[in-house]
Amino acid sequence: MDRFGPLTPLIGVVALLLIWQLAYWVEVVDRVLLPSPGSMFVAVWHGMTGGQLLLDFFRTIERTSLSILYAGIIGIPLGIALGSSVPVYRSVEFVVDFFRSTPASAVFPLFLAISGPGDATKIQVATFGASLVILFNVAYGVMNARKTRLQAAQVMGASKLRVLTDVMLFESLPQTFVGLRNGVSLALIIVIVAEMFIGSVDGLGHNVLDNQMLFEMPRMYAAIFVAGALGYGFNLMFLLIERRYVHWSGR
Amino acid sequence: MAEDAPASLHATGASSPAAAGEPHITIRGLSKAFGEAVIYDGFDLDIPRGRFVSVFGPNGCGKSTLINLVAGLLEPDAGTIRFGGKRLRDTNFGYVFQNYREALFPWMRSIDNIRYPLKFRNIPRAERDTRVERLVDRLGVTLDLAKYPYQLSGGQQQLVSIMRSLVIEPEVLFLDEPFSALDYEMTLFMRDQLQALFMDTRTTMVFVSHDLEEAVYLADDVMLLSRGPAEIADYVTVGIPRPRTAATISESAFVRVKAHCLDVFQKTVREA
Repeated sequence: MDRFGPLTPLIGVVALLLIWQLAYWVEVVDRVLLPSPGSMFVAVWHGMTGGQLLLDFFRTIERTSLSILYAGIIGIPLGIALGSSVPVYRSVEFVVDFFRSTPASAVFPLFLAISGPGDATKIQVATFGASLVILFNVAYGVMNARKTRLQAAQVMGASKLRVLTDVMLFESLPQTFVGLRNGVSLALIIVIVAEMFIGSVDGLGHNVLDNQMLFEMPRMYAAIFVAGALGYGFNLMFLLIERRYVHWSGR
Repeated sequence: MAEDAPASLHATGASSPAAAGEPHITIRGLSKAFGEAVIYDGFDLDIPRGRFVSVFGPNGCGKSTLINLVAGLLEPDAGTIRFGGKRLRDTNFGYVFQNYREALFPWMRSIDNIRYPLKFRNIPRAERDTRVERLVDRLGVTLDLAKYPYQLSGGQQQLVSIMRSLVIEPEVLFLDEPFSALDYEMTLFMRDQLQALFMDTRTTMVFVSHDLEEAVYLADDVMLLSRGPAEIADYVTVGIPRPRTAATISESAFVRVKAHCLDVFQKTVREA
């Protein structure tokens, strides 16, 4: 496969599109349920050049970005605080683990009852889910800081606080980015699901459900595609930031 | 082996470190246990000022534990450690770790790694830079200090690590098997760098090694430890003039000292 060079990753994409097109030609399923890839791309084009899809795209970005921002503001300092003391972390580990394992969608009705069906609820649930993932990863990053490195700072005369700010924080950064990447994926999932709920008027989740009910299949596929691209984009963005600022990661 | 205090040093009849000059590090009644395993029990030791002392002994005898206790990385269960009468926190000391990869800060350039300990001393910014420059000149270092540690070879990283411990101009330098992760060629080069540095500064050095040849080659005195709880099996003054070179290793004086150390070592292993 090496002879395709940088084009290698595209092979899978082309193969998928070919299989899809083939399935469309031989009508594996009804053409209404599985339109051609071409018609999906046309719908993406129309939707993203001034259509409803573009608006929904931006609304979902806005909600997900706010969620991950709040989740970071909550999860990172808490993760550092908990992770820098192993006994403290052990005492709350079960609670964190339990809620981290609880599907965030399960608490949605609870948040609906408390905050009503508005925008705030969607962001709250996504923040709730993502902050636990971030907290967990940051705490582990801090706890697993290389002991030799902490000792090195200590013998050079660093106070406990300086060891935290000069060493532990940096040591936890790679794991923090793992948390941010997982957190943003989760936040996007929750936001999209939330947008399908009663009372939603926009967002990619709403767009998908709306077009499904109207049987506008190419448009529905277009919204799913854009949601996928958005998730990929968020992940890529954090990866690039990490590579730029956490240059020592994995070396 | 005599149980009581500093006498244990002289018990074997080997030349006493006290004769070499005033003690720099004084350890009295040092005790340390990890759970059931008693590593030190009422251990006494004087390390003379301005000498290079190698610590050698069987695995698990507490070589590294000793310098970790002295350097404050471990809390002793009992006992006192003084540096010319001072406590550790009033003493300017350096510590070189075996695992340079995990001891350096990969998020900082090498030069910033070296500069880091100066932050904790009241040294003006301008003075910090001249300190680093002076050190680079003295060691004749040619590597690019703008690089990050992970961009350097193992030997270069350990050199940066040693420079970091020297930049504060310590009165004592602890080295915990600093060359054991390096290849042989690099080890030979680093030994000579360290020897030149010692001859230049006469900093008191406590060097833990698991390589007897290296321990003898570098040392003024070789301290041989026995196992659990650790006792000084012998304290051997090497007495071979510096600079020692590759040729030294085959000289009869060197071979004799090494053979004696090996003999003591094997006895302690058999006893344990």
